[in-house]
Amino acid sequence: MSALAETMAGSRPRTPAARAVAALNHSVVHVFLALVAVIWLVPTLGLLVTSYRPRSDIQATGWWDIVDLRLTLENYRLVLDSQGMLHAFMNTVFIAVPSTLLPLAICSLAAYAFSWVRFPFRDTLFLIVVTFLLVPVQVAFIPLLTLFRDVLPDLDLTGGFVAIWLAHTAFALPFGIFLLRNIFITLPPDMIEAARLDGASDWRVFRQIVIPVSVPAIAAYGIFQFLWVWNDLLMALVFVQDNKNFPMTRAIQNLLSQYGTEWHLLAAGAFLLMVVPLIVFFSLQRYFVQGLLAGSIK
Amino acid sequence: MGLAPTPAVPQERPIRASTKAARRARGPEKPNYGSAILFLLPAGVLLIVFLLYPTLYTILLSFNRGRNGVFGTWVGLDNYTRLFSDPDFLNLGTFPPSGALWNNVLWIIFYTSTVIALGLVISVIAARVRYEALIKAVVFVPMAIAATALAVIWKFVYAPDVNIGLLNALLSVFAISPISWLGDQAVVNAALIAVGVWGSVGFATVILSAAVKSIPNEIIESARVEGASERAVFFRIIIPMVSLPISVLAVTLIVNVIKLFDLIYVMTAGGPGTASRVIAFTMYQQAFQAGQYGYGSAVAVVMLIVLIPIIVFNVRRFRTQAVT
Repeated sequence: MSALAETMAGSRPRTPAARAVAALNHSVVHVFLALVAVIWLVPTLGLLVTSYRPRSDIQATGWWDIVDLRLTLENYRLVLDSQGMLHAFMNTVFIAVPSTLLPLAICSLAAYAFSWVRFPFRDTLFLIVVTFLLVPVQVAFIPLLTLFRDVLPDLDLTGGFVAIWLAHTAFALPFGIFLLRNIFITLPPDMIEAARLDGASDWRVFRQIVIPVSVPAIAAYGIFQFLWVWNDLLMALVFVQDNKNFPMTRAIQNLLSQYGTEWHLLAAGAFLLMVVPLIVFFSLQRYFVQGLLAGSIK
Repeated sequence: MGLAPTPAVPQERPIRASTKAARRARGPEKPNYGSAILFLLPAGVLLIVFLLYPTLYTILLSFNRGRNGVFGTWVGLDNYTRLFSDPDFLNLGTFPPSGALWNNVLWIIFYTSTVIALGLVISVIAARVRYEALIKAVVFVPMAIAATALAVIWKFVYAPDVNIGLLNALLSVFAISPISWLGDQAVVNAALIAVGVWGSVGFATVILSAAVKSIPNEIIESARVEGASERAVFFRIIIPMVSLPISVLAVTLIVNVIKLFDLIYVMTAGGPGTASRVIAFTMYQQAFQAGQYGYGSAVAVVMLIVLIPIIVFNVRRFRTQAVT
């Protein structure tokens, strides 16, 4: 029970008239919240139902027409198979996994240095990293593509996955370092001091103390980063240039520009894109919300 | 709406509370160069190659014709003067004004205020019922899914065909003829902002719900005992007491608006015509579709300039905390 609700219960009105007013207020509350739930569920539900309806039915009647509802898995078969969404799904996995693990590793290392290693200009350097928190990725696109094309043409970075792995990793660093440093620095200094007095190197302190005790926070950040990459379209547009490597977001964008009104394909495609984030959301909700909110609330 | 919750404001308490203690016993007194270099090397290389160097390059390129993304003819402020005289970017000559930058202003005004207002109302009202967590989860779900998926969901709701689009089907019940939500210059921005609001209210609800709950019980209770109406409690107590989280949230949402791209690109590609372009879309379109790299760089620099006040604010705020 929430604090506010308890307060309400504590000051329950006593006269019958006041009680009637309170009951009315309460039904207004339920109606309002029901309306909120409908507005936030129905659009997604409509697309979900559509993804299981045969193409001819979709063209003939609205999805809300449930009188003669027929369901099929044909749309998913079509989109996965002949529209190549299965391949795109694998590409998304192949982009998202390294683009999550690399930043986790690199940010943890840097965050450790910024919190527990002593060196000159540490705070200045950290402030420079913080400065890059809000720098829009757009300022990096043209120089990076030029760099990949003119200086490293033989590596063909944008033809494979390396360009997008590195780009996602680099652009994740300011936030990741900032977040993890703020977590590492809250660890009790005595714990680290004791390990150092026992002769532990920085690497051992990092591996055997700092990382193990920070696992929940690192996991929350990892989930956030994974979903960020999974859902990304802009970076894939810029850094993935071979269409056999396109992730799902780009595949759906292509479906949309090719067959803008083929809703049986679009609906099934969109749900394939949504299914992993939804599973993550419902199974790891606490971590997920934590990770998502980490930087923005006190 | 798959937006990154931009880390607009550093977490306050942990830093302040810990810095002093940490300073007392932060490793050995002597600098440890070896460890510092080893631990910072991967991040340092990536930050320099992928952020620092490109940012400087883009700033310089915005003063150049920049054909093919390499330095050629220097043109001074030409890219900027062309940009600000381009009616597709900013047109203050008509009423109402139009252009990509103006659309960002519309987004900032209407998206930010609506998200905050709805988030606050939902969080306060949901706190009165037992299924509060459920409501918050339902409203929060759009935050988990890609803007691309959000775009498909809402293109479907907005479809002009009354047998497909839910919204026009509802209108047809009242004998109103279908509206082309995404094809009409007059309504397209409102339709897109509505989708943005739908996607972000959950974020605001979760943040504001935590803030509202941190208001001490006694304050609200004593106001009620003194006979304050629910309205007075909401406007005179709750809103002033969560004004800090609200301003933090507003900054985050504004940053989101300036970076807004995926939703526009998938839903309308800036159309009809150029009616729904936003600044991040213009940057992509000019640089990668029109091949105007110098001009595209100028747009990217404008994005950066718009964000600079917020960056400075953050760094200042952070520095005062770190150096206590």
